Amino acid sequence: MKNGVGVHQNIVLFGGTSDIGVAILREILQPGVARVVLVSRDVDRAQSATEEMSESYPEVDFFHIRWDASDASSMQHVVSEVVQAVSDIDVAIIAQGLLNEGRDYFADPSGLVEMANVNFTGTMSLMYALGGHMRTQGYGKMVLLSSVAGERVRRANPAYGATKAGIDGFALALDHELAETGVSVLIVRPGFVDTKMTAGMKKAPLSTDAESVARATVRAISGKTKVIWVPGALRWLFLVLKNLPLPIWRRLPL
Amino acid sequence: MPHKRLSGWGRTAWTVADVVSAREPDAIAHALTEVGPRGAIARGLGRSYGAAAQNAGGTVIEIASETDYEGADITFSPETGIIDVASSVSLDAILRFSVPRGWFVPVTPGTRFVTVGGAIASDVHGKNHHVDGSFGQHVRSMTVLLSNGEVVELSPHQNPEWFWATVGGMGLTGIVLRAQVALLPIETSQVLVETERLGNFDAVCAAMSADGDDDRYRYSVCWVDLLATGASMGRGVLTRGNHAQLSEVSSDEPLKYDPRLRVSAPGWVPNGLLNKLSIRAFNEVWYRKAPSQRHVGCESIPAFFHPLDGVTNWNRLYGNQGFIQYQFIVPLDRTDVLRRVIETFSEAGVGSFLAVLKRMGPQNLAPMSFPTEGWTLTLDMAAGLKGLPELLARVDAMVLDAGGRHYLAKDSHVAPSAVRRGYPRLDEWLSVREAMDPAGMWRSDLSRRLGLVQGA
Repeated sequence: MKNGVGVHQNIVLFGGTSDIGVAILREILQPGVARVVLVSRDVDRAQSATEEMSESYPEVDFFHIRWDASDASSMQHVVSEVVQAVSDIDVAIIAQGLLNEGRDYFADPSGLVEMANVNFTGTMSLMYALGGHMRTQGYGKMVLLSSVAGERVRRANPAYGATKAGIDGFALALDHELAETGVSVLIVRPGFVDTKMTAGMKKAPLSTDAESVARATVRAISGKTKVIWVPGALRWLFLVLKNLPLPIWRRLPL
Repeated sequence: MPHKRLSGWGRTAWTVADVVSAREPDAIAHALTEVGPRGAIARGLGRSYGAAAQNAGGTVIEIASETDYEGADITFSPETGIIDVASSVSLDAILRFSVPRGWFVPVTPGTRFVTVGGAIASDVHGKNHHVDGSFGQHVRSMTVLLSNGEVVELSPHQNPEWFWATVGGMGLTGIVLRAQVALLPIETSQVLVETERLGNFDAVCAAMSADGDDDRYRYSVCWVDLLATGASMGRGVLTRGNHAQLSEVSSDEPLKYDPRLRVSAPGWVPNGLLNKLSIRAFNEVWYRKAPSQRHVGCESIPAFFHPLDGVTNWNRLYGNQGFIQYQFIVPLDRTDVLRRVIETFSEAGVGSFLAVLKRMGPQNLAPMSFPTEGWTLTLDMAAGLKGLPELLARVDAMVLDAGGRHYLAKDSHVAPSAVRRGYPRLDEWLSVREAMDPAGMWRSDLSRRLGLVQGA
């Protein structure tokens, strides 16, 4: 159960090895948190990511559940496993994602389906499964790690951008569908985040780090905000970029 | 059943439940037949500050409304001074009925907008606890609807175990349908009040201590300025009084009772209107307004007992972030902890404009009743204050280490371990609760957070 000062007892992280996801956990842990579940493909790695946290918060119970984020048909089952561990889910952080930077899909399209499954189809199924459970709880918050990449899809990575555009639009409307049920979605749209996912890539302007994303996210979790941008200035930059006429947009070095 | 978003009086931690309005015992019993796996809880006038009367994803049975006082279900026997009322009847309705007849409620909290059912479930206390104890001690008997549909009569003599588990049981043993409550005879509707300004914390404690003259007053409470520091740290305004006798007032209508015209708080208030600066200014005025020398005067019942009821929806003054009430008690000899708690809040810049200190009398027989012999401090604060969870966790530890506890009717944050440590008879109560409700039907968001009932 959540309490009156914005502390959530039961927190679940999907994508348990995500740098941003783990940073959010670190930020959200405070007195009153009782149970944390990490859902990941690589449970050993997720376990080592939480060692330090469980030392600082010995009263918190940590659980680990294995999943395949690309298997959309398993999401209902994954959520019921989480429910078995902690009963009510106060906050679900949805952080799984594939970037597949620099792949030549013309030469080898095999990675496309997996990415679409992880970033879009699987996430969508997960959010319906979570939303359904949270609706019966009468409360709950889903936090979706989206990206500015979905705001206007760039030629640099059209497939990734398209999955993010899709899931972002889906999540916004799902929140609307869940209005009056006590359940809501917070969409987090970071810009370029310096993490292992983007290691080796050239930093974009207004880049940020996982800790900044985590701080902004946790600040917004208990409120009514639907969408946050990190850093905040990206909101205005993308308002412009999104509305640029196509001929101008195509000339930008993005 | 309509879905509705509910919170406590502090307007935090909103959740959605199926809300059923039911006044009559038959309607309430019928509502129970449709309860789903997330259980049910009764809700009166929603004055508990936290999540005691809400039930996320389950059923909430609303048994009362503020406008119900006309034609309230009250039977009174002047010979015994005992009223027989439906649990949905508010203290407001009782006072409108009883004061003109020369009777007062045995215990009233700071608001008269609580139902008799809620007063029993929270075992509320008032300014007279050091003399009269809490509400449950004045309940002669009650009729309780159990989760299996059975209706039982409970009293201190008839099934006392179940009776005392229901007193202070936060609605988790059954729904109180009716109660017989002993009233207090009064000669006038005035209270003879002594007001005294006390310059620091030591003076406050000394004035209210048991070996002083506190017991000569039926009502005694001290407002404390939490933001005062240095030599005036913990300064306060002590008000103590007794019901005025006929000879002490000059009035043609000594029992006239007129709950004042109420003004309303604005519908929307920005977060942070009540901040450290505005509260500091308020506290200064409030302190200076009190006479520097001991002063005696007459006050009406609403002015003395229920000043905040004069402002409807005053809980909106903290804006949409809501606020929390923090009320704890520590043993009489632990004024050192009180002082440390006040210092901790003051250093953290937590402003509180309703900080109140009171010395409580002995504890009653109810295992989950909050009051024990000791000092209780109550304060309110904005729920959105930065770092509040850590600050409260620190203060919780000070309170629990000193053998103290928290008041569940006000609580909106403590951990399950705080109840375990603060209420040594918890296990005893849990097993009686289980016997009264084997199906585990009674649930609230409070019980969920504290793990008081098995299941989701």
